[in-house]
Order: sequence, then structure tokens, then C-alpha cells
Amino acid sequence: MSPESSVKSPAVHTDKAFEADLREVREKILTMGGKVEEQIAKSMRALTERDSELGEQVKEGDVEINRLEVDIDDLCRRTLALRQPAASDLRLITTALKIVTDLERIGDEAVNIAERAIELNQAPPLAPYVDLPRLAELAQDQVKKALDAFVRADPETAEDVLGSDDQLDDLFVKIFNELLGFMMEDSRTIRRATALVSICKYLERIGDHAMNVAEMVIYMVRGTDVRHPRSRAIPA
Amino acid sequence: MTAATSPAQTDAAPAPVPAAAPAGGSIPKVEVQNLNVWFGRNNAVKNASLSVRPNTVLAVIGPSGCGKSTFLRALNRMHDLVPTARVTGKVLVDGQDLYTREVDPVLLRRRVGMVFQRPNPFPTMSIEENVAAGLVLNGIRGNHRQVVERSLRKSALWDEVKDRLNHAATSLSGGQQQRLCIARALAIEPEVLLMDEPASALDPIATAKIEELIHELKEHYTIIIVTHSMQQAARVSDQTAFFYMGELVEMGSTEQIFTNPKERRTEDYVTGKFG
Amino acid sequence: MRSFAVRRLMNLVMTGLCGVALVAAFIPLTSVLYLVISRGAAGLSWDFFTALPKPVGEAGGGIGNALAGTMYMVGLACLMGLPLGVGAGVFLAERGDGTLGNTVRFVAEVLSGVPSIVIGIVAYAMVVIPMHHFSALAGSVALAIMMIPGLARATEELIRVVPGSLREASLALGVTNWRTSLLVILRTATAGVVTACLLAVARAAGETAPLLFTALNNQYWNFSPVQPTASLTVAIFNYAISPYEDWHEKAWTASLVLLMLVGLLNVASRLLTRNRLKGAR
Repeated sequence: MSPESSVKSPAVHTDKAFEADLREVREKILTMGGKVEEQIAKSMRALTERDSELGEQVKEGDVEINRLEVDIDDLCRRTLALRQPAASDLRLITTALKIVTDLERIGDEAVNIAERAIELNQAPPLAPYVDLPRLAELAQDQVKKALDAFVRADPETAEDVLGSDDQLDDLFVKIFNELLGFMMEDSRTIRRATALVSICKYLERIGDHAMNVAEMVIYMVRGTDVRHPRSRAIPA
Repeated sequence: MTAATSPAQTDAAPAPVPAAAPAGGSIPKVEVQNLNVWFGRNNAVKNASLSVRPNTVLAVIGPSGCGKSTFLRALNRMHDLVPTARVTGKVLVDGQDLYTREVDPVLLRRRVGMVFQRPNPFPTMSIEENVAAGLVLNGIRGNHRQVVERSLRKSALWDEVKDRLNHAATSLSGGQQQRLCIARALAIEPEVLLMDEPASALDPIATAKIEELIHELKEHYTIIIVTHSMQQAARVSDQTAFFYMGELVEMGSTEQIFTNPKERRTEDYVTGKFG
Repeated sequence: MRSFAVRRLMNLVMTGLCGVALVAAFIPLTSVLYLVISRGAAGLSWDFFTALPKPVGEAGGGIGNALAGTMYMVGLACLMGLPLGVGAGVFLAERGDGTLGNTVRFVAEVLSGVPSIVIGIVAYAMVVIPMHHFSALAGSVALAIMMIPGLARATEELIRVVPGSLREASLALGVTNWRTSLLVILRTATAGVVTACLLAVARAAGETAPLLFTALNNQYWNFSPVQPTASLTVAIFNYAISPYEDWHEKAWTASLVLLMLVGLLNVASRLLTRNRLKGAR
């Protein structure tokens, strides 16, 4: 296969309105991605800075993310109906439809984190948060990289995301075991520990969604679908 | 904002496109090797090579003036009638080169039939006479009623005209006339059917009927269709070949051409980036 | 911008002028018909159609030999002129794009403009002098020469008008080029060609000048090609310039007969070329 052509296509669509529509899809996804990244950061700060006010803001902020999902879906559907996109345009639109779902879910997970944070803030902290923010950092990093890969149509960055998922999973297991230890030692910590376990789970899921986004970016750029490698039929 | 592009596209001059490998080892029905068509000094088709498997539909797409109709007409030696035309290369049907001295162009056109862009039934003949024209004009005598019925059934026109076979062919609507021309082409029992933008002069419903017809005909014939509508090519064909400025730029399965073309020019054409 | 009222008025004026022109064009046509019918109808009789002319002073007699002579000579002219004319037309349409074709076309155009009396003199020089005889053959030759150029040009036009797509369709069915020309192209043009032929015949039947010094005249029946022959048009001429009143009447009646003949030919052309296919547009 020839090396990837560098980023810009020299030609533009003869139909300017179509060109504008495609640009709008990309921009809206980036807006949504930015918002989602912000939500994760805020929800983690709600926890580490014990600021329930931030948590409430996260819950309110989800409305906009949902609105963006609906908008982008509509735009994609309209493009499919009216323009019959083909080749790379088709891959962009179908990728956009899928990415938007994952981004919206990431937003939901951030809200979940915020809710747990609000709960935890009403009780004294269990232990200084060290690994948990680290896990959050990793997850945030995955999301950022995946969105970057989309912006720059860069499958290598996307592959990085796919490769880093194990790191996330390993850290999750470590924190889980630690919290399990707390719970076994002292039953009064169970409530707070389980809330923390939930937050870990949410962060792990955010990492998975970021991976989905990365897989779709690879499809969008290369035209090959790399999802579920073990479930695919062996090609003839 | 950057556009998503397929990494396999190249801006360098492409290597000659290899003929699509026949599936399951079957012999291609039609094989074109290094076909060149010249009109005077204008090289209208440059070194085209491809092959078509039996009972499949190949769509030939490309912008106006790219040589797709010229290419199609070379497949049944219609250029023999143009004094300024010169054709080199080989066109093999069932392994036999059509451009050799031993092949009679008149006979070959009975094996490789053609349907044109504008329906052209013979105006002085009735519907029945039109369908049988290929036989009657070639001096084949006899009662052609059965052949007429069979051909009209194959082209999905029988039910609409069975009660008025002796009416003028010009009394039919445009879509019906085109199906009549298809029936006329089928009556001489060709093996390959060439269609030069058969639906471009028709309304959407008539077009849909023709496309459905192509689906049915695929079972018994090998079809090569030139079309300027990409959506039609996508709907109707198994394989698609993209021509640009006389060159065969890319050929592959229709799905591949329309979801992930290998050549930048194909990508640009298919996504509507041509100026 | 003219106002609506002015434009409407202009429209009415122009339409009116066209109507006047129509009426003006009709006048000579209707007056010819009226005069010929009113003056000539009285003399129509079976005798008139079949009898030989009587000498001056005697009553009765008819144009039997003249009518027969016209039909005979026109028939001969057809045998010579129709195949040549149509054939030339087909040649010009199929292969007439070179120097030869252009020359033939030019000659045909010039010939069709040559006055009929000149054609008559030419036929005199070509046929009568070598034969030392006025003859029906000479007359037929003169008539044929009149028919050929017009027919050739008309046929060529009619064939060129047949769309090239029909030729392509036929060739794509594996039909040879010449069969395509004959069975498809010519067949499509047939209606027009037949009309053109019948009109050429009608014109030939109405010619006088070329027959004056080729076929001359004959008081008796004649069906031999090498003898002078009477014709309807020469008979009319002779009757009309004579000083006798009853011969003038015979001229009117003979004119009526000629008119009826031409009329019949026109009707025949329409009947023969009507589209017999149902629902044809």
C-alpha cells in the first residue's frame, strides 16, 4: 500500500454546500469532543478538590453534549439522504455517526463520576487520592489522543490509543485490589470504597470508548475495519 | 480542517491496471488487452486492459469525453464504420480475438449486442416487426412469433404490449421503446450485451425498470453498461471501471470503488471533486 | 417597452395581413379550378375520352389518342427516369460526400432550373435527328430528363433526414451495410420517395414544350415508340390557338381532363403512403 498521503486533499468538492456540510460535521464533533474532555476534567476535580459545586456543573453540562449528539446525527442523516456520499466522504459520515455515540457515552460516564464525587464529598476522604487521578489522567489522555487522531486523520496516533489500553486496564486492576483491601480490613469504609470502585469503572469505560473512536478513525482513513479482530471470519 | 483521505492514493502516474482476476478460475467472458482507439491523431482510448466474468455486470464510469463510449463501441467493432478510426489491441470474447481477419464483424455483432442511449425502434415497423427485425433483416425466414414473445418477456415488456403487437413501435412511451430495443437486441440471442447509457433519456420510473431488468438479464447474459450516473453504476453493477481522459484509471468491485478507491483520481471523481 | 395594448394591436394587424395573403394566394387557385370546371365540364363524355379527333367542321371527336399518348409517354419516361432519379439520390446520400458527389449534385441543381423548352431542343438534337423521326421515344426522353434532377435531390434529402441512429441500430443487429441501406434506411424514406415520384410524374404529365419538337403530334392512335405521338398537353395547345370556337371548348375540356389526371395522381400518392400501422405518430 502506498504511504499515506499527507493531510490535505488538494481538490475540493464542486458542490460548495456539500463541502460546507462536511466541514460542519467535523467542527461539531470537535466541539463535542472538547466539551466532553472538559466534563471529565471537571468531574475529577470535583472529587480531588472536594468541590460538589463543580459536580453539579458537570450534571448540567451534559445537556449540551446530548444536544450536540442530536445535531450531528441529524446533519449526518441529511448528508446521507441528500448527497449520497461515496468513498472517503461516506467513511467520514459513518464514522461521525459512530464517534458521536461514543462521545455521548463518555459524557454520561463523566456525569456518573460527578455524582459519585458529590456523594463522597459528604464523608471524610478514605485515603489521599494518588492512583485514581493517575487513572483519570490516562483515560483523559486516551480521549484526547483519539480526538487528535480524528482531527489530523492520523491512523498512527489512533493505533497508539489501541496500544495503550492495556496500561489503563492494569492500573484499574491495581486500584481495585487496593480498594478491596480497604473494604476487607474495615467494613466502615465499604460505602466509600464501592463509590471509588464505581469511579474506576467509569474511567475504564471512558478508556474503552476512546478506543472505539480510535478504531473508527483507522477505518475512516484507511478504509479497513479493525474492530473485533478475533470475531472476524478468516478471509478467503 | 483536514480532509480524510485514503492513504493508498497516489498522485504519481499509475501503473497499468492489471485485469481483474477471474473468480474460481473461470475464463473471463470478455477480455480486453491493450486496447487503443485513434480518431485521426486523437488517442481516444489509451491502452485499456480489463476482463469481465461471465454473467456479471461491468459499469464503465467517467466524466464526459473520457472515452467510455468509444471504449464500448470498440467491443463490437462499431468503429469499423468510421473511416478515421483506428483500433489496436485485442478484444477477446470466450478467448477469441474479435479483431482478427477471420472474424466477420457482421457475425460478431450478433454475439455482442448493443443498446443505445436514445431508443431507436424502426419507425415504419410494428412492435412485433421491430423485435423480429434482427432476424428478418438478416434473411432468416420463418415464423418468429415465439422468438418475439420470448424476447418481449425477457425485457419485461410482454404484458404491456401483448394485445397490440401490430401497432406502430412509435406508439410506445420512451421507457417502453427502450425495452423494445432491448428485446430487439435479445432476439438474436447474443451472449454479451453492451449498453450505452440506456436509461439517460428516461424518467426515474422507467430508469428503475431498466435497472431491474439488468438484474434479471444478468442471469443469462454478460453485460457492460456505460453510465454517467454513479448512483446507477453503484446500484446495477458488480464491477466498475473508471475512465479519465481516455485512460482506464481503476477497475475493481463496485463496492470497493465506491467505499475505498485506490486511485486519487477515482476518489476525486466519485466524491464529486472534479471541477 | 411597448405597452400591452400596442403589442396586441400589432399582433392583430400582422395576423390580419397573413390572412389577406392567404386569401390572395387562394384566388388564382380557386379561379383556375372554377374556370376549368365551369367551362370544361360540359364537354365531358365517354366519346370525348375515347374517340379520335375529328377534322375541322365536324362535330364530336375526342382526345382518346392524346390521353393514351400522354399515359404512354409518361409511362416510358417513368421507366427511364424513376430508377435513374431515385438511384442517383441514393448514391448522393450514401456516398455523395466526395468530388464526384458534389459534381453530380451541382449538375442536378442546374438541370432542375433549365427551362423545359431547352430540354426539348436537347432531346430533339439527341434523339430526333439521329432517328430522322419525331417519336414517342424522344418525347419520353425529354420528360425523363425533366424528372431526374428533381427526384435525385428529393430522394437525397429524404434519405439524409433518416436519423443515423437507425443505421446504427441496424448495424448493431449484425445487418450488413447494404441491407441496412435498402431495408431500413430506404424503407423509412419510402413514403417520401413515393410522393416525390408521383409528383415528378404529375409534373411530367403536364409538360408541353418538350413534347412540341420531340413527339410532335399524331391524329391517330399510336403505340410505337418510333412514331410521333399525340399528347394531352400538345392537344390542348393546338385546340387553344386554333380560330375555331368549338375547338376552344375542347381545349377547356381537355384541360379539365389533365387537371383530373394530376389530381388523381396526388390522391394516389396520399393513399399509397399513408401509415398503415395503428397508433403511429
